[in-house]
Amino acid sequence: MPPHYLDHAATTPMLDAARAAYVAELARVGNPSALHKSGRLARSVVEDARERMASALGAHPTEVIWTSGGTEADNLALKGLFWARHQADPRRTRIVTSAIEHHAGLDPAHWLESEHGAVTVVLPVDPEGRVDLDALRAEVAAHFDEIALISVMWANNEVGTVQPVREIVNIATEHEIPVHADAVQAVGHIPVDFRASGLATMAVSAHKFGGPVGVGALVARRDLTITPLTHGGGQERRVRSGTLNAAGFHAASVAATEAVATLEAEADRLGVLQRQLIARVRDAVPEARLSGPEPGPERLPGNVHFVFPGCAAEALMFVLDSHGVEASNGSACSAGVAQASHVLIAMGRPERDAASTMRFSLGHTSTQDDLDALIAVLPEAVTRARTVAGVFDASVFG
Amino acid sequence: MRVLAALSGGVDSAVAAARAVEAGHDVVGVHMALSRNRDEFRSGSRGCCSIEDSHDARRAADKLGIPYYVWDLSEEFHDTVVKDFLSEYSAGRTPNPCVRCNEHIKFDTLLERAQALGFDAVCTGHYARIEIRDDGVRELHRAADAAKDQSYVLAVMGPDKLARSMFPLGTAETKSDVRAEAAARGLGVSNKPDSYDICFVADGDTKGFLQRALGESPGEIQDESGAVVGEHTGAYSYTVGQRKGLGIGRPAADGAPRYVTGVDTARNVVTVGPETLLSVSTLEADAAVWLAPDVSADAPTRCEAQVRAHGMPVPGTVTRDGDRIVVELDEPMRGVAAGQSLVVFDGTRVLGQATLAKREA
Repeated sequence: MPPHYLDHAATTPMLDAARAAYVAELARVGNPSALHKSGRLARSVVEDARERMASALGAHPTEVIWTSGGTEADNLALKGLFWARHQADPRRTRIVTSAIEHHAGLDPAHWLESEHGAVTVVLPVDPEGRVDLDALRAEVAAHFDEIALISVMWANNEVGTVQPVREIVNIATEHEIPVHADAVQAVGHIPVDFRASGLATMAVSAHKFGGPVGVGALVARRDLTITPLTHGGGQERRVRSGTLNAAGFHAASVAATEAVATLEAEADRLGVLQRQLIARVRDAVPEARLSGPEPGPERLPGNVHFVFPGCAAEALMFVLDSHGVEASNGSACSAGVAQASHVLIAMGRPERDAASTMRFSLGHTSTQDDLDALIAVLPEAVTRARTVAGVFDASVFG
Repeated sequence: MRVLAALSGGVDSAVAAARAVEAGHDVVGVHMALSRNRDEFRSGSRGCCSIEDSHDARRAADKLGIPYYVWDLSEEFHDTVVKDFLSEYSAGRTPNPCVRCNEHIKFDTLLERAQALGFDAVCTGHYARIEIRDDGVRELHRAADAAKDQSYVLAVMGPDKLARSMFPLGTAETKSDVRAEAAARGLGVSNKPDSYDICFVADGDTKGFLQRALGESPGEIQDESGAVVGEHTGAYSYTVGQRKGLGIGRPAADGAPRYVTGVDTARNVVTVGPETLLSVSTLEADAAVWLAPDVSADAPTRCEAQVRAHGMPVPGTVTRDGDRIVVELDEPMRGVAAGQSLVVFDGTRVLGQATLAKREA
């Protein structure tokens, strides 16, 4: 029996059209940078894909810089903008970010702090995971001429909170401070219009909206200077060297086009499942507490995130997995050890709550069956995870 | 049975898990992460704690077609095994961290978690045999391969834990058979080197590890008459019976080699003397775990005593009084240090285990 997959925020199955497009393009030969006919044809695939992607994101095609994924796009934005802005004016040392960023956004900032003299300012969030705009206003008012960039994610990957991107940009614009947003969880799931957002840069990852893994983009305004991370053939406005992945870009653009075209209907469909799942979890486990905002425009439609008090997340995951229900308990490190969520801690939850979380994320293949399967095993999983909590993590639950 | 297989990333635990799968058990693989900062632990293919090892364990589970998880036991490991290691050395005793790990981590925390999650047993790649008698008593025996036998480090578990443990390699003829079996099963770890050192002492330099953790504490090395014959950088890093690394320039009057005969961390003095002073005829040990419910040993009972993982067993008689064990040896033993684990055998069978007490000088 195939598992019930409730981990779409980690990666979602490729859309049929994207998979077909990917496979078809893999048969093509030709380096898009070559000058002969095969090269020109491959280049035209890349540029068609760029235009399609730009159109799906509300950007101009020249603003799309293809990357290997969201992590590279975030790194390029943070390091590339910091280096360029700091070089243009050495007073600009501050990177203003939030406490609930994905590690792909947080770690480059901390690395710049330890290796390149940056000062990382981490904005607090409210109990539902929304960035504190007053703290941002105070920071900008006090240090506007020292801020290299502001980086806040569009929507949070763990608890699904949609951030006030418009307000953040408004605060920054007065002083012409560039704002980067990690839009990896947002694109294809909630309306994202790069031009209207006023952002300087935006990171995108194809496999979160039905495209292939290993393809992403940094959408970047043309008036910005971004110092490259990789040097070589000079592709992508000399900002991102490396042979262009024509098949991957093509498939990504097909996926983005479909995801955006069906977004409204799909968001409605997922929203219904989301509300139902939240209600049924609360019904099955009365003490479970939803993290983040109630369903609505401030929450990703596919995200359901609960704290199960007194349960070790590792044990919950283990029991659900053994029943064929696949969900996630937060970010996993390379060796697969689950760690207490920094997002929950930032939201003011105690460490024991941050170690008792489960995220159920829905996507285009999710059905009522998946919810039924989860609810059927959840009470047993919770009972078991509660009995073993002390055994699992005595320092937190003991 | 539902079996939780501990997968270290080495060849033994992989083959043990394979045998459990083949025996028809419902097996789940778990790798224990024992250090938060993996780089601190021995890296490469030597131990059980590095990222490479967790990768190897994952690949073994893939090959066996069993689920695989990593459990973070780094805090428990630090709080029980590493801290105990340091405090025992600072008290002038010589601990065996592998025994402590079996006692507190593998056959305590891991076993408890497994049981709480509905598993019937924990399976490891240890070389030891469990024999179940007709009357239901479980006996722990030395492995068929005497060279690989690990019953010494397992003796610390009590009968209830033994009842929930499984050592499929106990019957293996030799280690090379196990390697051949791993290769035949397509397990990539078949040629991985064995580990010998203490996993949290990355470079194998125990003295350096102790000095970094406990700080240098210079003091005197005295001979049996109390005369100062040298200096040391911390009494805690010496072990009774030690001969190498004493750094005494002046030889003994009779020219015979000198050994550490006493470690007094309270006074920070290391005592040295001739080999004859190391001889011990009586072993006294506390905190006994008795694995043979049918052998009371209230009265002196014939046995063989072993005080090191690869030490020779010495015949004698054992008397047990509650959690205290006394062994009168037929011939004296040397190199006996407080803190070491004393395991008492009857032939191949483990009778019990206890921790050697400080000898009265």
